[in-house]
Amino acid sequence: MIIKTYSTIIGLTIALLLPIGSARAEQPGIRDAYAEAVAKVGRGSMAEREQGIAALAEAGNPRSLDILRALLDGRLYQEKSTGALVIAEKNAGRFKIEEASNGADLGFAEAEAIGRINITNRIRGELRKLIGQLGLGAEDASARLAAVREMTKDPDQKTLELLQKRSAVETDQRVKRAIDLIFLVRDLDSGDKTARIRALKALQDYDSQEVVNKLNAMLEPDGEGGYAEADADIRNQAKITLHAIDTRIGLYHAAETVFFGLSLGAVLVLAAIGLAITFGVMGVINMAHGELMMLGAYTTYVIQQLLPDSLGLSIFLAIPAAFLISALAGLAIERGLIRFLYGRPLETLLATFGVSLILQQGVRSIFSPLNRSVATPSWMSGSWQINDFLSLTWNRFYILIFCLLVFTALLQILKRTRLGLEVRAVAQNRRMAKAMGIPTDRVDAMTFALGSGIAGVAGVALSQITNVGPNLGQAYIVDSFMVVVFGGVGNLFGTLVAGFSLGIANKFLEPYAGAVLAKILVLVFIILFIQKRPRGLFPQKGRAAEA
Amino acid sequence: MYRILLGNDKTALAVLAVLAAVTVAVPLCSLLFPAGSALHFSAYTVSLLGKYMTFALLGLSLDLVWGYAGILALGHGAFFALGGYAMGMYLMRQIGERGVYGNPLLPDFMVFLNWDKLPWYWHGFDRFGFAMAMVLLAPGFLAFVFGWLAFRARVAGVYLSIMTQALTYALMLAFFRNEMGFGGNNGLTDFKDILGFNIQAEGVRAALLFISGAALIGALLGCRWLVNTKLGRVVTAIRDQESRVRFIGYRVEMYKLWIFVFAAMLAGIAGALYVPQVGIINPSEFSPLNSLEIVVWVALGGRGTLYGAIVGAVLVNFGKTVFTGLLPDAWLFVLGGAFILVTLALPDGIAGLLNRRLKERTA
Amino acid sequence: MIEMAMENQTVDAPSFSGVMYQEGVVDTRHGTILYLEDVSVSFDGFRALNRLSLYIGAGELRCLIGPNGAGKTTLMDVITGKTRPDTGSVFFGQTIDLLKMDEAAIAEAGIGRKFQKPSVFEALTVFENLELALKADKRTWPSLLFRLTGEQRDAIGRTLETIGLAGLAGKRAGILSHGQKQWLEIGMLLMQEPMVMLIDEPVAGMTHQEVERTAELLLSLQGKRSIVVVEHDMEFIRSIAHKVTVLHEGSVLTEGTMDEVQNDPRVIQVYLGD
Repeated sequence: MIIKTYSTIIGLTIALLLPIGSARAEQPGIRDAYAEAVAKVGRGSMAEREQGIAALAEAGNPRSLDILRALLDGRLYQEKSTGALVIAEKNAGRFKIEEASNGADLGFAEAEAIGRINITNRIRGELRKLIGQLGLGAEDASARLAAVREMTKDPDQKTLELLQKRSAVETDQRVKRAIDLIFLVRDLDSGDKTARIRALKALQDYDSQEVVNKLNAMLEPDGEGGYAEADADIRNQAKITLHAIDTRIGLYHAAETVFFGLSLGAVLVLAAIGLAITFGVMGVINMAHGELMMLGAYTTYVIQQLLPDSLGLSIFLAIPAAFLISALAGLAIERGLIRFLYGRPLETLLATFGVSLILQQGVRSIFSPLNRSVATPSWMSGSWQINDFLSLTWNRFYILIFCLLVFTALLQILKRTRLGLEVRAVAQNRRMAKAMGIPTDRVDAMTFALGSGIAGVAGVALSQITNVGPNLGQAYIVDSFMVVVFGGVGNLFGTLVAGFSLGIANKFLEPYAGAVLAKILVLVFIILFIQKRPRGLFPQKGRAAEA
Repeated sequence: MYRILLGNDKTALAVLAVLAAVTVAVPLCSLLFPAGSALHFSAYTVSLLGKYMTFALLGLSLDLVWGYAGILALGHGAFFALGGYAMGMYLMRQIGERGVYGNPLLPDFMVFLNWDKLPWYWHGFDRFGFAMAMVLLAPGFLAFVFGWLAFRARVAGVYLSIMTQALTYALMLAFFRNEMGFGGNNGLTDFKDILGFNIQAEGVRAALLFISGAALIGALLGCRWLVNTKLGRVVTAIRDQESRVRFIGYRVEMYKLWIFVFAAMLAGIAGALYVPQVGIINPSEFSPLNSLEIVVWVALGGRGTLYGAIVGAVLVNFGKTVFTGLLPDAWLFVLGGAFILVTLALPDGIAGLLNRRLKERTA
Repeated sequence: MIEMAMENQTVDAPSFSGVMYQEGVVDTRHGTILYLEDVSVSFDGFRALNRLSLYIGAGELRCLIGPNGAGKTTLMDVITGKTRPDTGSVFFGQTIDLLKMDEAAIAEAGIGRKFQKPSVFEALTVFENLELALKADKRTWPSLLFRLTGEQRDAIGRTLETIGLAGLAGKRAGILSHGQKQWLEIGMLLMQEPMVMLIDEPVAGMTHQEVERTAELLLSLQGKRSIVVVEHDMEFIRSIAHKVTVLHEGSVLTEGTMDEVQNDPRVIQVYLGD
């Protein structure tokens, strides 16, 4: 959806920018020029295709950019029966097609019925430039930025002029810098020493992989005692510039690691937070907690199967559904099992482990032992490219936010609702709470259901980053216990801090130790930590804690 | 002495008698009678019984820790697996040039990984005596280090349980890594012979069953003696009133450590006997699920009775053999159901049930 | 036995200054066996002990009284190593710093404790309970190879007589009545042969005769051992105590004979309020 509006905006602004105004676009002659151009693109010879592309760019039709993009991405096809150009998306072995010239939906076509419009590398380069030029006038700054990026690869004179013009009026800093970068790189490649030194100095502030590659190439020994770059002054400046950029790259990497760590931590927190409630408040070790997460993940899968066409909606529906299903399962476990075992934590541990085995096998029998993959909505896939060295994947970003939302919601429930008050009362002094007329039985059941429901919600998040299978829960149970114990039982903030710090520690260790060893090291660390502080990072204090 | 070892406990005596009969009669019959005879036991049956014996020994060792010292260890399988790996390393070294790659020194998986020399910790395992020492020392050492840290810090209850589970989980992850040098995912397998005898031979299988049975009987008697020493009584006292024991002047952590290490070594022996009979050891033996299964054996049989652990181990594993053959999908339902049933309906296990019956009859 | 130990102290203890500490030897040359000075303990802002100072003489029988929450049990927790004070010092004799030792070491050094709630080992027999408490090498390996000597068997037999449980020696302690469990715990304390006995509410749940016998027993030990008794039963205290210490809000309110204490207006106010 976003992309659609995006291209409409681009289309409209092209119409404004190019000499042919929007009013004139209504005239039949111009339309014909557009139709003619479209037809030319589809014809046999490469020369005609090239003319057609150029004409299409000139025609100023809102669809032009769509067609050019599709051509560049290899999505532009010709229907064999009619010879009409279509834009096709592969979909489950067939192609979903739409009329290229006006975007009309033409339904599905078999692979044999359409043929792809081929282009040469030269045309591809040409296309990039044209798309860039068309995009340069876009109203949306990020669209202009994208356009500038597409024009970076050896720009011709016309492009440069366009860029220069744009730079003069450009108000957006990022776009301006992107344009400046192109000219600085050109200066660097020029023969003028002062210009080169100046460019090198200025380039210190740019995060560009291209620049790094160029500088590295300049400093490469040429094998005959000299360097690829003959001039020593320039080499020195290049070294300084490279060093400055490298330092920043180090920071970006650290930032990226922190981000990955936070997102892993978010998963851990989501997995552990329900446990923190049941374990922390009720002292119940629920070994089936992982399986309640698994139920949440399978709920997401089932809802997606029911609504295959609306991925985004299914995710949003899955959150309450998973909460409900896991909470009900938790309620059943508490009423049917755990309430008979209060005060006997080890027995509870064993019995709930039995439940976890049954749930696992149940899912295996119903959904097969194979992993199911849950699709990710488009707005959650891909990544946020901040610069050449730093990009953050959207799904992890959303999970981080989701985790914080769930945490805040839970905190509010505990703080502001009647149930929360009762839960806290029972956690602090069960007997006193009972004496004051709080129905501890009901509170226990509700607390357990709440913790279980959160496990289900965590399962929804997990389904977005990993395969959904019967063993999903098992993989997280030890980790989430570690988080709760590390953070200090009965302390939700402790769980949050512990989850994030363990996630970050894991990601910082990974480059040195590998993923598995990092995990082992973290486990060993916690085992040692528990020796020093058996009650975790944020222990509960006082006489109650000693009992 | 006789009273302590055998006692007047009829159920325990019956278990001992059955164990002794199987240990002696089955290996003898399978050797004396030709295949096809009604009294002949197939190699499969002999190995299966041998496997049950080792599981029973493993269950027995956990009962010391859980039933007597009150430590619910969810990582006991790690010690079993370590003992098994020590034996497996010996058996690997015995393969020598008969491996697929024919390397006289390096096991196949190392050749496959392009390793050019034996890792230092593989040295010595070509000698049986050294390997057997490691069967005891490797699990014993791990238990000592872990127990020393945990018991001194007074980590107890569910915390300790979770830590032991994390321990075996970490070991499982570690042993799955090829770089660890223990065969990674596949573990150690394709054994050829043990002490020069073909490991597949019927006679060797019969002998292994006999040794496993003898080890189990010895361990059962030894443990009965142990729990009746003052040390055993201190351990029982710790289970019931830990802080009181401290105020009498006993170092609770040392007692826990002693029993934990001893049980780990017993588990190591069980693992070492298990590996030649099933012909493989791989990292899945470290999986937390395996350790939990041991707990259910003991719980089902009745903890704190020693023989109960043996009965539980054999029953559950017999059930597993039957179910995985007939209805593989149902096994986890049965096992999970067993966990729930035992905790809700049979807190003292089968042994408790039997005791109550016996008392009712005498009363 | 105790006499011998005392004698040893004067022989073995270094008489020159410089070496202040000799392991396992309790230096009571100044006539005091327990020194608590300026001890404070707080739980979550609540001050259970507030700069408390208390001295117990060698061979003394001292009673501690005070309303609920005065800090009596916490005081015992501090002496036996269960609770670490925030400030202050606790010495056993002149030289042994109890704050540096754990529960087992303190018990080994010669401080025994009976809990408020009787805590015997219910799965073991009465005899085995006493055997465990018996003064002996309490490390693991000696325990493994431990065999009762005839002498030790006799000592256990004598204690069984003293506590009136000789007929129940082979029964599991779990089946005993509340009063019998109290006695068994006292018996266990006797088996430890401690130099200091800390006894928390010994006569709760006992019949009148049992209370009298307990008083006799404690009086018979006076002089040989130092005894600190916490009790609410004023009759009982009157029958045994020479010196009573009143605790209030974590510190010592007053000390003296039972009569002095009972007539102290501050004590009356604390107990009765105004």
